[in-house]
Amino acid sequence: MPSRPAAIDRSLLLSAKDLERRLGDRLLWSQLDLELAAGDRLGLVAPSGAGKTLLLRTLALLDPPQAGRFNLLGRPPAAWGLPRWRAMVSYLAQRPVAAGGTVESNLRAPWRFREHRGPVGWSHERITSWLAALGRDPSFLRYDAERLSGGELQLLALLRVLQFDPTVLLLDEPTASLDGATTAAVEALLIGWLAGGPRAAVLISHDGEQIERLATRTLELQR
Amino acid sequence: MTPSSAGALTISDGRLALSALLILVNVGLSAALRLGLGRSLLLASVRMVVQLLLVGFVLEWLFRQDDAPLILLVGAAMAMIAGVSAVQRTRHRFAGIYLNSLLSVMASSALVTGLAVTGLIQPQPWYNPQYLIPLLGMVLGNTLNGLSLGLDRFMEGLRSGRDQVETDLALGATRWEACQPVVRDAIRVAMIPTINAMMVMGLVSLPGMMTGQILQGAAPAAAVRYQIVILFMIASATALGVFAVVGLAYGRLTSVDHQLRLDRLIPVGGATPSPATWTVLSWRRRGRG
Repeated sequence: MPSRPAAIDRSLLLSAKDLERRLGDRLLWSQLDLELAAGDRLGLVAPSGAGKTLLLRTLALLDPPQAGRFNLLGRPPAAWGLPRWRAMVSYLAQRPVAAGGTVESNLRAPWRFREHRGPVGWSHERITSWLAALGRDPSFLRYDAERLSGGELQLLALLRVLQFDPTVLLLDEPTASLDGATTAAVEALLIGWLAGGPRAAVLISHDGEQIERLATRTLELQR
Repeated sequence: MTPSSAGALTISDGRLALSALLILVNVGLSAALRLGLGRSLLLASVRMVVQLLLVGFVLEWLFRQDDAPLILLVGAAMAMIAGVSAVQRTRHRFAGIYLNSLLSVMASSALVTGLAVTGLIQPQPWYNPQYLIPLLGMVLGNTLNGLSLGLDRFMEGLRSGRDQVETDLALGATRWEACQPVVRDAIRVAMIPTINAMMVMGLVSLPGMMTGQILQGAAPAAAVRYQIVILFMIASATALGVFAVVGLAYGRLTSVDHQLRLDRLIPVGGATPSPATWTVLSWRRRGRG
């Protein structure tokens, strides 16, 4: 994707209006509005149990609809189709999982989804350049995915979603299992990737300093 | 039970009672190892005896009938029991699971048994209960196991593989692309007993029906032919039934919006039984029919 300076393109990417979410009979939030423009890095700040993860899942439309109107680049989810929506508004889960096989086979697997079939496909160069930025050797691709450490699994999951260049990236504690150096590398990688096109990210982190470092603005959820 | 016919010796009441002593082996073992199975064994034995004696009478009556609707009604009742029983062993339920199971059992067994009596075996008339009912019974008994295994495996597979399925969904997979490994695994597991049975057929096990025919004086070569037809019937009916029941469960536990709907699963014995799951019919089924 040809990159334009993010500062010029501040177009609205995603909007969600009147979100409401209940868990059992507990009201987590209501009348929540959220807008993301290109270049936005929104940090979610809330105590545990306030529904941060649920908000990200809601934006990815992974849960049955409760209330709210969603719009991505001017079109509602039904017009995109849900798989397309999730390919563009991608949720990176807190607990990453990988199937059997190598790291590379895990990175390649989603390219087989109907949504991602096409002229653009798996790029070895791109992945290895990202791995280099994260201080990992290309041999990482040959590791057995089921024997990765928690941190390595997070890197795998991050690269797996980044390679599809989602318009909005929903990050749920993306560096929770990483050491300080790798966390810094991931943050730099994310900022570089976000600047590579009209993209935005929402970030959950238990690390307040990370929110300060990464977020351009924050959203507070009350309990 | 049956009037003594051509070949087989009749078992007198006294000897029948004597055979019941064999169960003492189990009871003794259970007591010695404190397995706590005494009650279950006793109940199972009594149920087996009572059910079979009753069935003996019912079959004698049934085989005298010559009324297609009545015979089909009996067949439908058998299918219904099989459909309900298939759900009994699962660890989770969802609203409509019994209906799904019934539809799958009825459609698969009707299709396969129908083909058998109209094309493969051709009794006269096609609904001759002496053929239709035992054939249907054998098909149902095996389909039931397949359905039970397939349903349980599918639901538990979605639960344990939930993170993987949702990861795929979050990456833009359709619900089918995300659930396909779980669906395939469930169907594979459900077919294993049938495939195993065919593999060792005749080597390890002599099937009950064949044994029966041979005891009755049928030529083993003729009995074998029936057995071959029956096994193919069982294999295809199980495959069709499992395919249907897993497919219907897949439709129920995912949404057209490509979401995983595990919130529709109700644990058995859980706090919130849905009225639609017919929890009334919770009688237990032990052993094989």
